[in-house]
Amino acid sequence: MSAFLNLLFRNRLAAMGAVVLAVIVALVLLTPLLPLQDPDITATADRFKRPLTDGHILGTDHLGRDLLSRLLHGTRLSLAVGVAAALIAATIGSAIGIVAGYFGGRIDNVIMRGVDMLMAFPYILLALAIVAALGPGLMNALIAVAAVNVPFFARNIRGVTVGLAGREFIDAARLAGMGHTRILLTELLPNVLPVIIIAMSTTVGWMILETAGLSFLGLGSQPPQADLGSMLGEARSALISHPHTSVVPGIMIFLIVMSINLLGDGVRDALDPRLRSGALSRPRATTLVARKGDIPAPTDDLLAIQDLHTQFHVGERIYRAVGGVSLAVKPGECLGVIGESGSGKSVTALSVMGLVASPPGVITGGAVRFQGEDLIGAPYAALRAKRGDKVAYIFQDPLSTLHPLYRVGHQLAEAIRSHHRVPMAEARARAIQLLHDVRIPNAEARIDDFPHEMSGGMRQRVGIAMALANEPDVIIADEPTTALDVTVQAQILSLLDDLRRARGLAIIFITHDFGVVAQLCDRVAVMYAGRIVENGPTDAVLAAPAHPYTKRLIACVPELGGGRRELAAIPGLPPMVDDLPPGCAFAPRCDKAQEACRTGDIPLSGTPPRAVRCLYPEELV
Amino acid sequence: MGGYILKRLVSAIPVLFGITIIVFLIMSLIPGDPATAILGSYATPENVEKLNRDLGLDKPMVQRYFIWLGNMLQGDFGRSFSLNRPVLDEVLERFNATLILAGTAFVLCSVLGILAGVVSAARQYGLADKLITFVVLIGISVPSFFLGMMMILAFAVNLRWLPVSGMYAIYGGGDLPDLLRHLVMPALALAAVATGVVARLSRSAMLEVLRQDYIRTARAKGVPERRVILGHALRAAMVSIIPVLGIQAGFVLSGAVYIEIVFQWPGVGRMLVDAILKRDLLLVQGGVVFVAACYVMFNIAVDVAQSLLDPRIKT
Ligand code: SF4
Repeated sequence: MSAFLNLLFRNRLAAMGAVVLAVIVALVLLTPLLPLQDPDITATADRFKRPLTDGHILGTDHLGRDLLSRLLHGTRLSLAVGVAAALIAATIGSAIGIVAGYFGGRIDNVIMRGVDMLMAFPYILLALAIVAALGPGLMNALIAVAAVNVPFFARNIRGVTVGLAGREFIDAARLAGMGHTRILLTELLPNVLPVIIIAMSTTVGWMILETAGLSFLGLGSQPPQADLGSMLGEARSALISHPHTSVVPGIMIFLIVMSINLLGDGVRDALDPRLRSGALSRPRATTLVARKGDIPAPTDDLLAIQDLHTQFHVGERIYRAVGGVSLAVKPGECLGVIGESGSGKSVTALSVMGLVASPPGVITGGAVRFQGEDLIGAPYAALRAKRGDKVAYIFQDPLSTLHPLYRVGHQLAEAIRSHHRVPMAEARARAIQLLHDVRIPNAEARIDDFPHEMSGGMRQRVGIAMALANEPDVIIADEPTTALDVTVQAQILSLLDDLRRARGLAIIFITHDFGVVAQLCDRVAVMYAGRIVENGPTDAVLAAPAHPYTKRLIACVPELGGGRRELAAIPGLPPMVDDLPPGCAFAPRCDKAQEACRTGDIPLSGTPPRAVRCLYPEELV
Repeated sequence: MGGYILKRLVSAIPVLFGITIIVFLIMSLIPGDPATAILGSYATPENVEKLNRDLGLDKPMVQRYFIWLGNMLQGDFGRSFSLNRPVLDEVLERFNATLILAGTAFVLCSVLGILAGVVSAARQYGLADKLITFVVLIGISVPSFFLGMMMILAFAVNLRWLPVSGMYAIYGGGDLPDLLRHLVMPALALAAVATGVVARLSRSAMLEVLRQDYIRTARAKGVPERRVILGHALRAAMVSIIPVLGIQAGFVLSGAVYIEIVFQWPGVGRMLVDAILKRDLLLVQGGVVFVAACYVMFNIAVDVAQSLLDPRIKT
């Protein structure tokens, strides 16, 4: 609870709302004790006194009544009526909701049908009908506003109750022979109560406004009694000649509603854990760059990742997802990057084109060079021009990476038209050709499918076709076959291999599966905890792994190119990248670990083309 | 698609019946003798008896409901005693004015709200975002009737830009420019709260969508950022914005009652309030049923729009 209050008050606006509301409530509670004039005493001689006149701080109204006194009494009445309406609506609505949710079946069905009907009305029609039948008056307005809000509570509380009614403690109570009434009151109600209170706190401002509204229309409080709404309603006829009589109650309603809104927003934010972690931040068009240290010199590789550092800044914490990775590919080459989830391999891949979500991602060092040109920190326009045109991506799980509301043909054509000014018809013809290339049968028809109408394998082919759309020089494939079954996976891999040979594509293939690497890649880099721990030609690494971690990874693949492909067999978990121990990150899971492994940085060493980051490697390289 | 519309129309039939039942039940809450309540305490016994016969109040409730329903289905909503004309004629005429006002406000709140939400999300934590968030907070906190009154003071009384109230100028008006001049303030005042709600929701829907994998895909293939936001992201966000627009339409329609009073707009809301104060219950009853039925139809249109936007909805 105190943690909740802390969160709430960290939000300055919510705290402001709370203070304003508290002041108003205190004033209203003290009203009878304050030395105010009688709100209903009329003095026609003193009509329409302006604010700040003697004896009347806020002036007087059309009957010469003191506005300050009327304001405070009116506020008192408005708050009381609004809160009463909220309590009544919450009690009746929650009772209906709990009963419907608990009993379920027919009872639930009938009740919820009724609630749906009530919700089919714009709320004021229902309120007006009730007031029409019962006659104008504050009490009747209160009943109308409460009644209109009953369905809201009934529906919300029913939802919560349905979730609770299936839980064990309710079954246990039933088995223990408790009656329905007792279960409802002693087991369910205490669990639902917090939800009721939150729902009430979010609607009470609304109900105050609604009752004030009915009074404003002349259907609520009747003279001489006045709540804020009827004060405003009465002042309306003098709006043009004496605006202060309207402004005073109007501002009061505004203050009440705004402070309740602010407080309500604060409560909602404090309760929503996603907002707390800042996860609801919008990723920018490119990853933030804040590079420290020297920028490495260009090489003659097609694509070179040089000493790349990428971090996630979440609040005060810094997660070092990529801690100095260097990789490079030449035309027609396929490089495998392998590691467990969390090893930083995907973040490395996404850093290349500035696609790491940011916030929280920040590239803090190194360079990514395409044909020698540094992409890190390149202006957005330069980066965009290369995305998909020179360097294209294939992502895992095409159901979430393809746009669900666009036809696949549209998405393919868009990839082309983002880089080439071609007419739609031409782009479409090219899209069909691409679908043929990735061996989608009946491409002319499938091009008008939505992603959800295709199978997983077909969707992944669309993903590949999209990457090929502009004949890029490099394709970065981030676990493109993980979501697929083995046969489809084999087809996709051989497809990629053919394309590479036919078009001289360079491929960076990210995976956690050595079987896949063996099938496709010329070279392999093994990543662990954000760094490369071993690299070299695939055959050499497979035949004689040097790093203990690589050896284990290979041992985990029962039979290359098929069967079970899990890394679960390695005992222990990869370390959290936010507090890496000094020395070898793999030490806690390594059987060969010595004292020396835990002190000081261990360099990547060996004779090219192989290298390993280990003090006691399995093989000397 | 046609099948889906038909299905939704059929599913509306029980709701429409439900509406008439609820209104009928509410009206039977009238304390004491309804005929006296309708005619007022000065009614002569003959008049009371005649009305009782006309309304079938001497018959049992269930029978009375079906008579009422049957009459309504034939377009007979009864006769308003205060206006001495058929209820349906009056309602149709007034509803036309409400439709102009509420329709304009609805379009305004949709367009402005979504626009503000998109800008706010695209510039999250930037100056535009903070400004919009602030204006939205004010917008959703000012009661529409107070906002309307303040607008009259500012733009009609002080600046004299726009007419104080009414739908047309009394002398010489009556054309479209005249209507528009009269429409500006009430439509804006009515749209204010809904615009705020739509803007907030659009902002969070956009933020939610912008984190999705398919947005990263769009960026990865080099789609220009403007298209990513206004195309890919907005289109996906509309899936959660459209239902809220449907709900806001109900609030706009409700708020129209206040705005029609403040600006003396000759709409159905003002008619209802007058009818309540004059205890013209047949007029209230007919007006409520008619507007509620229109709202149900509107919501079907919203569902259809949603199914057009989202191919994943089974039609
Ligand atoms: S450096 Fe030491 S702890 Fe690390 S992998 Fe090599 S032997 Fe194991």
